[in-house]
Amino acid sequence: MSAFTIEPVSSRRRRADKLARGIVAGLTFVALVPLVLVIYYLLKQGLGAISLDFFTTDPTGSFLGDPGGIKSAILGTVEMVALATIIAVPIGVGVAVWLVEFGRESKLAHSVRYFIDVMTGVPSIVFGLFVYITLVTSGIGGSYAGWKGSVALALLMLPVVTRSAEVVLLLVPNTLREASYALGAPRWRTVARIVLPAAAPGMVTGILLAIARAAGETAPLLFTAAFVNGTTLNLGERMNSLPMTIYSNVGQAQDRLVQVAWGAALTLVVMVLILTLLARLIQRRSRLS
Amino acid sequence: MGAGTLKAAGDRRRELEGSPAARLPDRLLKWGLTALAIGVILLIAFFFVRLIIESKPIFSQEGIGKFLFTNDWVPSRQIYGAVPLIVGTLISSAIALIIGIPIAVAAALYVTELAPTRVRQPMTILVELLAAVPSVVYGLWGFFFLIPKLQPAERWFADTFSFIPFIGGTVSGPNYFIAGLILAIMILPICSAISREVMATVPSEHKEAALALGATRWEMIRMAVIPYSRSGIAGGAMLGLGRAIGETIAVTLVIGNAPVIGHTIFQQGYTLAAVIANEFGEAASDPMHRAALIAAGLVLFVLTLFVNGIARAFVVRAERGTRISKPAAGMAG
Repeated sequence: MSAFTIEPVSSRRRRADKLARGIVAGLTFVALVPLVLVIYYLLKQGLGAISLDFFTTDPTGSFLGDPGGIKSAILGTVEMVALATIIAVPIGVGVAVWLVEFGRESKLAHSVRYFIDVMTGVPSIVFGLFVYITLVTSGIGGSYAGWKGSVALALLMLPVVTRSAEVVLLLVPNTLREASYALGAPRWRTVARIVLPAAAPGMVTGILLAIARAAGETAPLLFTAAFVNGTTLNLGERMNSLPMTIYSNVGQAQDRLVQVAWGAALTLVVMVLILTLLARLIQRRSRLS
Repeated sequence: MGAGTLKAAGDRRRELEGSPAARLPDRLLKWGLTALAIGVILLIAFFFVRLIIESKPIFSQEGIGKFLFTNDWVPSRQIYGAVPLIVGTLISSAIALIIGIPIAVAAALYVTELAPTRVRQPMTILVELLAAVPSVVYGLWGFFFLIPKLQPAERWFADTFSFIPFIGGTVSGPNYFIAGLILAIMILPICSAISREVMATVPSEHKEAALALGATRWEMIRMAVIPYSRSGIAGGAMLGLGRAIGETIAVTLVIGNAPVIGHTIFQQGYTLAAVIANEFGEAASDPMHRAALIAAGLVLFVLTLFVNGIARAFVVRAERGTRISKPAAGMAG
């Protein structure tokens, strides 16, 4: 009787294993190459443009002379994204509260979820078109305006806010709600004082990610907020923004304008990265996740 | 327990519920939020209808069939056939999937199955950071870095592999390939994230069984992980396709914006999204041109709706798969 022996893994199989694992690891590092290259080029080209003046002066619009800074672009982006947040967050959170507290598994809730999903998939340029044909051509409050850009950005943010808020609200333990009802609190108080505060840190993460996404979008602003050189605090006027500044300067056959584009891109990426990292930090510290 | 206590409880309850006036805020909350939710549905419906109405002039002039199936886009002569745009959209997105999906799946496999534990978290964050870079920044980078730096490599590739269809021939600066490459980078995070989520749900019993039968790691991945996560990966790929089809600014900057169908992947083209971004400024004064661009937006909208619908079906199937297998795994244990 021969003893039962375990056949060693043949060298062919071992080689195949090694090769496949090598390829998988290699492809993963390939995925990081563009990130490194983009950051490297942003720093290399962008840092040269950055100075105090770059942030404190408006673009001059001059082709041959001094192109100026990007003050109006930074302020415009901040203003429009702030208004978009003010529009999108209450609606998005409201719909999420309805889905979790009232709609649940009803037919209406399923169709609302479906439509929110549809909204997530709509290309940002199509949102821009929609705002153009409803708000710009109809001439409500002039033609192009900052607030119309905000509406387009809000449409983009809405599904992101709703979906992330819904996920967090579902994580709020039911015992909290039941405890509140047992103490005699009506539903609205339970939602406002118990459920929303419990979910708030998690919802902030989703909101910050939505803001980060909206801040970098160009397509919805192209024909809603349009482009302008000067700083304005009036959301009823045309408004400059960082993405539009980059987009309109890329194709210019003038190195100084291209340099402004790189500087603006670096500024924008730093802003977006700070928001993204902040979101992740809050997510990690939040108890519900 | 007598009837007396029950009655007292009923009174108590009525007392707690309060008068109809006290319950008003609750009703307001409920109906207000319901109205909001219905409002979202109405908004999308309104959106769709408006797009159709606004693009109607072009459909009644050209006919839907002619608009969709004519290979000729010359706004200056009022000729609007969207074939070059649709084909360009499909070519650049297909290139994005061919390049992006293997890398995304590999990154997901590496993070879930192969990487040392210490590397997993940082690796995931780095891949996710690719999604944080705005589209216009990718466009800027592609325009000033990818286009000039890759041209020699593209030319070499086109010359060496000219026997493969759609490869050989002249290489122009901006082209389908560059656009596809940028799109591949942009869809990588979402495809990878979804693949990763699905792979994380592969029951460890399946993996352990494979390993116990003497499979190497790679054989385990091939026999246990990949078959289980196939529909999730497909769903992620379709979501990526939806993104790629609708991506605008980065593509506009690197595809060349030529309204013709290039003969090879190294020639200039156009996409539905790019034509809107690029021509809308001049089209604002020409109603027919504007209608044609809105119609392009409508086609884009329907296309993404369709693709995302398929993606959702795949992802739902993947989720259902995990839900069914969970009790089964429980029974085994």
